Amino acid sequence: MIYRESGDFSTTYQQDSQTFPIRFDRYRYYVLLVLAFAVVPFIINDYWVNAVFLPFLIYSIAAIGLNILTGYCGQVSLGTGAFMAVGAYACYKLMTAFPDINIFFHIIISGGITAGVCVLFGLPSLRIKGFYLAVATLAAQFFLVWMFNKVSWFYNYSASGQINAPERTVFGVPVTGAQTEPWAAYLFCLVFTVACAIIARNMTRGMQGRQWMAIRDMDIAAEIIGVNPLKAKLSAFAVSGFFVGLAGALFFAVYLGAVEVGEVFGITKSFLVLFMIIIGGLGSIFGCFAGAAFLVLLPVLLKNVLVGGLGWPTDLAAHLEFMIVGALIVVFLILEPHGLAQLWRVAKEKLRLWPFPH
Amino acid sequence: MPETLVFAMEVFLNGLMAGVLYALVALGFVLIYKASGIFNYAQGVMALFSAMTLVGIMNGQVPFAHLINATFGTDLHYFGWNVPALLAILLTVVVMIGLAWAVNQIIFRHLVNQEPIILFMATIGLAYFLEGFGDIMWGADIKKLDVGLPQGINEAIDEATFQIFDYGFFIDNLDIVATIIAAALVFALIVFAQYSKQGRAMRAVADDHQAALSVGISLNFIWVMVWSLAGFVALVAGIMWGTKSGVQFSLSLIALKALPVLMLGGFTSIPGAIVGGLIIGVGEKLFEFCFGIGQCFGGFINLGGATELWFAYVLALIFLVFRPQGLFGEKIIERV
Repeated sequence: MIYRESGDFSTTYQQDSQTFPIRFDRYRYYVLLVLAFAVVPFIINDYWVNAVFLPFLIYSIAAIGLNILTGYCGQVSLGTGAFMAVGAYACYKLMTAFPDINIFFHIIISGGITAGVCVLFGLPSLRIKGFYLAVATLAAQFFLVWMFNKVSWFYNYSASGQINAPERTVFGVPVTGAQTEPWAAYLFCLVFTVACAIIARNMTRGMQGRQWMAIRDMDIAAEIIGVNPLKAKLSAFAVSGFFVGLAGALFFAVYLGAVEVGEVFGITKSFLVLFMIIIGGLGSIFGCFAGAAFLVLLPVLLKNVLVGGLGWPTDLAAHLEFMIVGALIVVFLILEPHGLAQLWRVAKEKLRLWPFPH
Repeated sequence: MPETLVFAMEVFLNGLMAGVLYALVALGFVLIYKASGIFNYAQGVMALFSAMTLVGIMNGQVPFAHLINATFGTDLHYFGWNVPALLAILLTVVVMIGLAWAVNQIIFRHLVNQEPIILFMATIGLAYFLEGFGDIMWGADIKKLDVGLPQGINEAIDEATFQIFDYGFFIDNLDIVATIIAAALVFALIVFAQYSKQGRAMRAVADDHQAALSVGISLNFIWVMVWSLAGFVALVAGIMWGTKSGVQFSLSLIALKALPVLMLGGFTSIPGAIVGGLIIGVGEKLFEFCFGIGQCFGGFINLGGATELWFAYVLALIFLVFRPQGLFGEKIIERV
């Protein structure tokens, strides 16, 4: 009923290769964009931005990055937290060293720097595979966090060892620092998230994405049919690092404002982003958003229900949150290993036929 | 003998002891991985959970006291009795076997034939669940564990080394006991795997699931048995680490320390876990001593300490680039 379409009648290549071939999907996408850009900024307040929207948007970018590496190219990484830290610290150094340049460029350049670091740690992936690689990325996780703690050049020799985002503006509106309006921070992150999603979506359905998927499905076979594993794997690490670095820079500059590296970018962050792409769906851009939304909203919801509604102590609620997240992951893996994205796909297939079953 | 060298020898011995404890955790991984192909990330949390359960039973804590108090407004904390250590350990073993059975029935029976990475993720989920569950059941505060193992400096070694080097080595009694117990455990496991009927069945399952099934071995039974064994190993590791540094959240992080041990030794090899553990234990202590706090070569390289956090991983990473299957792992053969 919802999808009124009768067959697939593409008459031009352009029609054939569009992202949303069904008109209803396309309009829904436009409506969503209009809502996100033109309506939400006017109605949100500080609580919603800080508790829901900013973490959702930023984690979505990180999840897209990790999904490209793990979901599309099949290289499991447990170093996401550290790569986010690289983005954050690169952004901090750039912001303090070149205060005249717009922060927009700082964030993009810190993504590029993270891409470089990520490629460096991706080099062993040419020889190490599977679990061995996953554990090898832990080397990046622990080494980088240790380095940002020990080498005081990274935090400009400040006594606390923290990094603090100075105030920076875009078009005269502050987007970092204490003076930031909620809507400005939201819009700033939204621009990045939408751009990242569009880039990632188009990359993964083009030649590059097909090469990644070939490597994921079986790297030796891919090599035989002419995919260069060196290029494919390292480009996945680079692109993934770029997105994760962007997310780290935004996380530090716009969302938190002050960061202590061991606390914010520890191993738990790596696992959190990994959970997002598992629950959302490996190898799906929509899944990144779904997973990020799920894991950002779940703690907020649990806190409101358990602490606010039932009056439980906060530590008990925190433990229960651990249990629920763990149980949900297991349940998802058992019932639907392909995550929320697959559920959505199945629902869409059903809706196309509804109300006629065949 | 130069002073630095004597210090380095002490560090070396302490590293050897720490390595045994790493090997103990790594052993649990190897057992499960060999028999079911599951890379069990939850091993560290299992050690934490078993140690918590042991302390809880010994002190007569009321399980879920915090939860019950919060929902019903009661004020329960302790039953008011103390269980002797040996009985408490037995009860904990029963709990771990129950856990193994539940894990197998609820989770892994439904995930047979899934890709290894999915199984790995499931164990991460299990780790989170168990962590929250343990905290709710026994409370998240740091607990003291004392099952009567000797602790403190070993006087005999201290005096003997003092007479030789003019400097007494500090070696904890607990570490010595841990080494002996770990060695005994490894020996027992090898004997069990080689000579008992169940051990043979376990190796058959590890070799080939289908072939084992076709000669009448119950996969379910073997898996429950292996998870129970891993739970038992986790309990031993939990007792050692818990006695050493208190039962607390950081105990579950030893799983992360065991990972590079496994990579060095190879995922499928019991001797590999032991050798890998010793290499990592000694390596990270010596590296910290030499370069972390700059004691060798006149402080030529001083990285500012805490290198133990990453040394094991970087060592494993570099090592793997040259030998991707680890020291004793089976050679990886890939076919298209």
